[in-house]
Amino acid sequence: MTRAEKAVTKAKAAKQKPAAAAKKNGSNGSHPVVQTEAKATLSTQQLLEIYRAMLRIRVLDERMMTLQRQGRIGFYGTCSGQEAATIASTYALRASDWIVPALREAGAMLMRGFPLVPYIAQVFGNSGDLTKGRQMPSHQAGRSVNQVSWGSCIGSQLPHAVGIAFAAKLSKHDTVAMAFMGDGATSSNDFHTSMNFAAVFKAPVVFVCQNNHWSISIPTHRQTASESIAIKAVAYGMPGVKVDGNDPEAVYAACAAAVERARRGGGPTLVECETYRMGAHSSSDDPTRYRDQAEVDRWKLRDPIDRTRAKLIKAKGLTEASDTRLRADLLSEINAAIKEVEALPNPPSSTLFEDVYAELPWHLQQQQQEFEAALKRAGGDLGGGH
Amino acid sequence: MPTLNLLQAVNDALRVEMRRDPRTIVLGEDVGKFGGVFRATAGLYEEFGPDRVIDTPLAEGGIIGTAIGMAMYGLKPVPEIQFSDFIFPGFDQIVSELCKLRYRSGGQYTAPVVIRTPFGGGIRGGHYHSQSPEALFIHQAGLKVVAPSNPYDAKGLLLAAMRQPDPIIFFEPKRVYRASKGEVPEGDYEVPLGVAKVLREGTAMTVIAWGAMVHEALIAVEKAAEAGIDCELIDLRTLWPLDIDCLVASVEKTGRAVIVHEAPRTCGLGGEISSLIQERCFVHLQAPVKRVTGWDTPFPYTLENEYLPLAPRILQGIEDTAKFIV
Repeated sequence: MTRAEKAVTKAKAAKQKPAAAAKKNGSNGSHPVVQTEAKATLSTQQLLEIYRAMLRIRVLDERMMTLQRQGRIGFYGTCSGQEAATIASTYALRASDWIVPALREAGAMLMRGFPLVPYIAQVFGNSGDLTKGRQMPSHQAGRSVNQVSWGSCIGSQLPHAVGIAFAAKLSKHDTVAMAFMGDGATSSNDFHTSMNFAAVFKAPVVFVCQNNHWSISIPTHRQTASESIAIKAVAYGMPGVKVDGNDPEAVYAACAAAVERARRGGGPTLVECETYRMGAHSSSDDPTRYRDQAEVDRWKLRDPIDRTRAKLIKAKGLTEASDTRLRADLLSEINAAIKEVEALPNPPSSTLFEDVYAELPWHLQQQQQEFEAALKRAGGDLGGGH
Repeated sequence: MPTLNLLQAVNDALRVEMRRDPRTIVLGEDVGKFGGVFRATAGLYEEFGPDRVIDTPLAEGGIIGTAIGMAMYGLKPVPEIQFSDFIFPGFDQIVSELCKLRYRSGGQYTAPVVIRTPFGGGIRGGHYHSQSPEALFIHQAGLKVVAPSNPYDAKGLLLAAMRQPDPIIFFEPKRVYRASKGEVPEGDYEVPLGVAKVLREGTAMTVIAWGAMVHEALIAVEKAAEAGIDCELIDLRTLWPLDIDCLVASVEKTGRAVIVHEAPRTCGLGGEISSLIQERCFVHLQAPVKRVTGWDTPFPYTLENEYLPLAPRILQGIEDTAKFIV
C-alpha cells in the first residue's frame, strides 16, 4: 500500500469511527508529532470562560444563518463545530499578541473585547462597520484587538503573520502572532512560504490549522497525501502537534505551549486541530451534494459545545439551569445588537473613494466629482435598487 | 557634489533613510552580505547588520507578504525583488493584499511598503530579465508607481517614497544602472512624487518617456531638433498618479504627443496617457497621439534591440507625428 493509499484508508477509518480513532491516539485524542512541553491546564473557571465564548459564537452563527435565509444579510460562514479550536487556541494569547484568522475565527475578536455591534455591523456592511462595508461578511478586522481580517484567496494571510511576528522580534517585543488556516490552505504556496520563512527567521508565530476535513467539497485526503497536516512541520524544521480540535483543554494545552515557546524565542510551531465543519462551507454552499449525512451525524456526537458543557456540568462549573440562563442571555444580547445594527444606514456614498490612498489623488478627486454629479443627475438612484 | 551612477544613488538613498529611521528594513534575495545581484544594497549589511538587512529564502510572495506584516506592525520594509520579471509569484500579495489593506480594513491597517525592483530590457536578459510590467501595477487601485531615469531623481524619489504612507512599486531602469551618471547631493533631499520633469522645452510636439527610454528619447529629440522639429521632452518620473497638469499644459502648447515605453503596446501606460490627453486636450490636438513602444510579443533575447523603442524608432514616430496634417 502506498503512503497516499494509507492516508486515504486512515481518513476513511477516522470517518467511520471518529471516537475510536481519537481514542487510539491517546485518551485525549492528541497525537503529538513532536512531544509538547509540560501541559498547561485550565481551571474550571477558565473552561467556563472558554465555553461562554464558544457558545456566544454558536448562538451568533445560528442567528446569522437565519438572517441570511431571510435575506437580511448577503452571506455568512459559520464556525459551527470549530468553536473549541477557535477559542481555546486564542485563549492562550495575551491582548498584545496578534490574531491573523482564516474564514472561521473572526469570533475570537469578541472574546478579546471587540464590541458585538460593530462586529455584526460588518456582516450587514453598514455604517456601524469599522471597515465601512467594503468586504463580504465574515471579514471583520479590529485594530483595537490586534486582529486583522482574513484573505479570501486562501492562505494569503499567513505570510502577514510571519511579518508581524518577525517585526515584533526585530523590535525586541515579546509579542506573538497566531495564524489560522483550514486544511485546504495547506496546499497553497503561501502556506509553504510562510512555514519556511517563519522557521528560517525563527519568527514567534503559531500556525493553527483547523483540519475540519472539508475544503468546500474537497476532503482532506484530496488536499494532501501526508499522513497528517502536523507532520508537514517536520520538513520545515519546526514542531508539529496534532490535537483533538473539539477538546478545548487539548487545544489550549498545545497552543499555550506553542505560544510560550514562540515568546521565549524558540520559533514557530504548527498545531493541527482535528475538527469538523458541521455546517455548510458558507451560506452559498450545499454540502448534501458531496457529503454523507451519516458522517455529519457521527461528528455531531463530538460537538465541542456539548462536550465542554458536559465536562463543566460534571466539574460543577455549570448546571442545566445556569446553562439555560447563559444561552438565553447570549441570545438576548445578540438580538439586541442585531436590532441596533439593522437600524443603521449604509455607509455614506462619500466613503467609496476614501482609504484607497492616505490622501485623495487627482484622478480619484475627479472620479468622485463625476460620481456625485451622476448621482445628482439620476435623482439619487444609480441603479441596483438602493 | 559627488558624481554617482543610478545604482550608487539608490544605495545612498537607502543608507540615508536607514540612518535616519531605525524602522527602515531592507529584505530580499541576496541583499545582505552579497549586497544584491546589482549591488544596490552593497555595504548596508556591514553598517546596519543582519536584523535590518535581511537575506530571505527564495520566494517573492514570501518577501512581499512578510513585508506587509512587518509594515502592519509598524516597521518600514523596503523589499527588493531581484528582477521585476520575478515579481509575479508575489503578484497576489501585491494585488489582493498590499494595495487593498487600507481600504478593506476601513483605514485601520496600512502597509506603506516600498518594493524596489529593476525593470526593462537592454541587458541581454531574455524575457525573464527584461520586461516592463508597470501597467499591471498602475491598474491596481491603491498603488503608486515610480520610475526614475537618472541618479539625482533615483535618490530623491526613493527618499520621498520611503517617507510617505502608501505602498509603492519603485521601478529602477537597470539598462542605465551604471551608464546613467550625474551629480547627486550628499545627505538628505527629496524629489516630490507626482511631479514630472520637463527635460527639454519645445513647441512642435510633446514626447513623454520614463526609465531607460528617457535616454533614447533624448537622443531622438536632439536629432529631431537638427531636422527642425522642436520637441518638448517630459520625463514622467512618477508613473501613477502621474503629473496630469504637466502633460496637459505641454500638449495644449504643442498640439501633438508621442509616448514612448518599453512595455508591449496594448493596454500599456501609453494607452492610458493617450486617453487622458484626448479627454483634456481634444480641441488642441493636431495629430493622433502616437505610441512608440515594445511590440505585443514576449520580450526576445537575440532581437532585443529590434523589440525596444530605441532612438531611431522614436525619431520616426516624431517625424510622422510632425508631418501629420488634419
